[in-house]
Amino acid sequence: MTRQGPASVEFRNVSMRYGAVTAVDNVSFDIEAGKLVTLLGPSGCGKTTTLRMIAGLEIASAGQILIGGKDVTKLSAADRDVSMVFQSYALFPHMNVLENAAYGPIVKGLPKEKAREMALEKLALVGLKGFEKRLPSELSGGQQQRVAVARALVLEPQVLLFDEPLSNLDAKLRRRVREEIRELQQNLNLTVAYVTHDQEEALAVSDRIIVMSNARIAQEGAPRELYEQPVNAFVADFIGDANLLDVTIRSVAGDTAETALGPAILSLPARGLPPGPARIAIRPESLLIDGPAAGASLPGTVRKCTYLGNHQDIMVATELGELFVVRHGTHGMLAPGTPVTLGFAGSGVTLIPPA
Amino acid sequence: MRSATRLALLVGWLGYALIPWYLAEGMSLTGSGWLAGYPFGKAGTALALALSGAAPWLLPIGLVLLVATLLSGRESSPATGKILAWAGFAGLVLFFAQGFAVTLKGQGIPWLAALLGGAGTAQPGMGFGAFLTVLSLLLLLCHGLAYRGVCRGDLFTTSSIGIVVLLISLFIFLPVATILQSALVDSDGALALADFGERFLSPSIWGLGCLTANTNCGVAWNTLILAVLTGIITTLLGLACALLILRTGMPGKRAMRLLTVLPIITPPFVIGLALILLFGRSGLVSTVLFEWFGIPRSRWIYGLPGVLLAQVLAFAPIAFLVLIGVVQGIAPSLEEASQTLGAKRWTTFRTVTWPLLRPGLANSFLLGFVESMADFGNPLVLGGNFEVLSTKIFFAVVGAAHNQGQAAVLAIVLLGFTLAAFWAQQRWLGSKSYTTVTGKGDSGLPTPLPRRITWIAALVIVPWVALTAIIYIVILMGGFVKTMGRDYTPTLQHYITGFSVDLSRGLHFDGSAWPSFFTTLKLAAISAPLTALVGLLTAYLLTRQRFAGRGALEFATMLSFAIPGTVLGVAYILAFNVPPVEITGTGLILVIAFVFRNMPVGVRSGIAGLSQIDKSLDEASATLSARSFTTLWRVVLPLLRPALVAALVYSFVRSMTTVSAVIFLVSAEYNLATAYIVGRVEAGEFGLAIAYSSVLIVVMAIGISLIQLGVGERKLGRRSAPALATSAAEPVK
Repeated sequence: MTRQGPASVEFRNVSMRYGAVTAVDNVSFDIEAGKLVTLLGPSGCGKTTTLRMIAGLEIASAGQILIGGKDVTKLSAADRDVSMVFQSYALFPHMNVLENAAYGPIVKGLPKEKAREMALEKLALVGLKGFEKRLPSELSGGQQQRVAVARALVLEPQVLLFDEPLSNLDAKLRRRVREEIRELQQNLNLTVAYVTHDQEEALAVSDRIIVMSNARIAQEGAPRELYEQPVNAFVADFIGDANLLDVTIRSVAGDTAETALGPAILSLPARGLPPGPARIAIRPESLLIDGPAAGASLPGTVRKCTYLGNHQDIMVATELGELFVVRHGTHGMLAPGTPVTLGFAGSGVTLIPPA
Repeated sequence: MRSATRLALLVGWLGYALIPWYLAEGMSLTGSGWLAGYPFGKAGTALALALSGAAPWLLPIGLVLLVATLLSGRESSPATGKILAWAGFAGLVLFFAQGFAVTLKGQGIPWLAALLGGAGTAQPGMGFGAFLTVLSLLLLLCHGLAYRGVCRGDLFTTSSIGIVVLLISLFIFLPVATILQSALVDSDGALALADFGERFLSPSIWGLGCLTANTNCGVAWNTLILAVLTGIITTLLGLACALLILRTGMPGKRAMRLLTVLPIITPPFVIGLALILLFGRSGLVSTVLFEWFGIPRSRWIYGLPGVLLAQVLAFAPIAFLVLIGVVQGIAPSLEEASQTLGAKRWTTFRTVTWPLLRPGLANSFLLGFVESMADFGNPLVLGGNFEVLSTKIFFAVVGAAHNQGQAAVLAIVLLGFTLAAFWAQQRWLGSKSYTTVTGKGDSGLPTPLPRRITWIAALVIVPWVALTAIIYIVILMGGFVKTMGRDYTPTLQHYITGFSVDLSRGLHFDGSAWPSFFTTLKLAAISAPLTALVGLLTAYLLTRQRFAGRGALEFATMLSFAIPGTVLGVAYILAFNVPPVEITGTGLILVIAFVFRNMPVGVRSGIAGLSQIDKSLDEASATLSARSFTTLWRVVLPLLRPALVAALVYSFVRSMTTVSAVIFLVSAEYNLATAYIVGRVEAGEFGLAIAYSSVLIVVMAIGISLIQLGVGERKLGRRSAPALATSAAEPVK
């Protein structure tokens, strides 16, 4: 069996409609070969449907899907060189671990001995040596997940798909497994499409992230790009937390916009916005509670202060409304009613187009 | 063209050119006399008959196969698919056109026959060659559609859909349509609406003589009254029993479970038979009452009271089975909530439990109603002058009058009733059932039953259970005494008459019951796997595949649930007595009747089983490059074992016990156990009848255990969810 190597995935104006409902609306994107791209969004945004269209489990109503430059739009799942790790793992309950892993090569018609060999190799890769004879029901959640990954890897597919693979694991395990998936992807040089609704998970594992909202792509880019330069309020709010406020751009000079935020005047990257009304997204950790010695500031009073170990969540009432502030490090608690002056950090304050 | 399509084509040529086209008389595997003249004459092949000019109407079918053959070298592109699909479609049209146009002399469709070149000629019923050819044409059509991308280009899926649709149309819709037709036309084949109206509205069906004058009421009213009473009483008995078992500390839960299995393995008329032996003029109880208390013997058991009693005893376990599920489904937390809000036990029962039970009660009532309507054995044995639709249909067909038109009209009335009940169940209950158990663990203790309910329930249940026990004792013992009611000398005479084996000249089964017994076993054993296959395949298509017309197929299968056996039996003789499908009097028609009568059981247990299997398992298999047949074979089927067992067991058992459909279809050569027993009862040989019945019950109990052993239990490891296995294996009525 010759290894095909990772392949790119391309969506050209793909739509998916069920009767009157449009689950995916005219979506185009590229996944480079050998990269891990996350489809991120709230439930019902169309990300899982998009993933299933890559797999061939749903056939697109319109548009073109290319894998490795080849048009696969109308091919069924069985005819595409794509494997998938399911949210529920979908391990065959009547087969043991080895039989599960060897399923792909066996139904492809490879000799039993060869199939067994391939399965054992991948099981060893995910650290499940010695578990071959167990039934899926005799494994823990984390082990089941590894079997699902091994089973998907056995045929060395051109594209590997993950559908919320960590959602059935507990919080501690989740962090470890996502690192393992990322390592595996980089070591084996796999093209991976990964669906999740957890933005932290997406930021941690992805080369690129595609944020989806209401059946469309809201923004696409590297994790850092999305966090620091969200294109709209949805992305700013969905990835990380953000205080979203209305502002007025007084003037634009070159790339810098003079922006009025209540009494404070801020100089911010203009991002192509003209003078006039706009919105601003301020990360909670970019609001500095003790105020900088110099620069713009915003007076307010503490409403509520919550202790969370390594940081505090503080609600501050200002003339612009209540703002959410995160204060890292060990500090004394602030009593409600304490007057404070909020300063602005150099990053994490971004202009976005008006709603 | 893919190799599967080439294979389908090969099958077509085999049927067209090599295998005898017609069902020749005297056909057998051992003798070859019927083959005289092959490939011409009555055992001729289609190719030879068409080319020799004996049957020119078969020629176009061969041309279609030729067109498809010319395509065999081309790749399986949508363009090829288009031609192939059209060729297959044209072939099917031509096939059925010649089949229905050229039949017996003076029948069929004359103008179409003339068009096809067969004016004024006749042809016998189609046989194995025709069967292979039509199968091949159907597969060509389905494969062509698959090439064009239908069902994601999956040959197996499109072919299965095609086969299921053809089977249902041929063996459910065609017969029912034939009934409608024969009710609407007169003996010359002309449309006779006036006749139909007169027969349909006749006082013998709808008369109200029992209210106004001292005559009998119409048979429709009799049926309706009986069905309503049976529905109500079985529901109340079932409810009382379910409440006692689940909500009180009453012992004997296992015994009650056993009670629910009994009616499944008991032929339907046996209860009636046992009632005669107990309460008939010379019955056990009647004799005791007469001799000890001087109460005169009477014939009260023959008529409404007797039939009602028999049906209640026979169908109450079914109601119990339904209602035990409903009572279990009421979340205890709801009742606990009521109690914490200050309601007493009785108030809680009245305001919370009872309203939640109501949809389940309605469902159980409708089941009892339909069962009673469809029941044929008990009214036949116990009815006396009290006629119901199912028995009246029977006598219209086999009686002196031999009035098929009348039978068809009665069948339409009966079908109307059952379809209405079925419709009510689907539409009205579908939207009303309260699912009170959610996925979340819902702990809590069910509230004990209020005392007065407990007493009423116990008062009802104890006599019922006692009577059922007595009935089965009578059935099992009745075969060992000379004459129940008169002479209790122990004897093996009945068993010797029925089941003696002569070992003097080697093994020789010379008992009078053996032929029908072996025929029944053989046909039930043949039809059980076929039923399971068709039923589970249909269930798989309905739950796992999306295709145009899925809703219509679902509706058609559901509809077949509602057709009473008597109606199906009449429909089969009307439809399959003449070419193109002339199979009455053969074993084949019995097997087909079994399969399509029991198919709903297979479909239901398949749907129940499939809904327990996560769809992502299928998808995982598909992404690992398995096609749908591989997925079905390697993933779905192993997980579906409990449903498979259920389908096999029920189709086997129901084939052994059914009377209504097959009593029309048995012949001297192919007589069935139930039909034979009914014959003994009518001849007054109760001893032999009851002995034979108990043998059947024992055999079925053994059969069930064997199938359970053979298919085995599903192995899913130590954490397997027990709910998965039991719910699918549970009898689905």
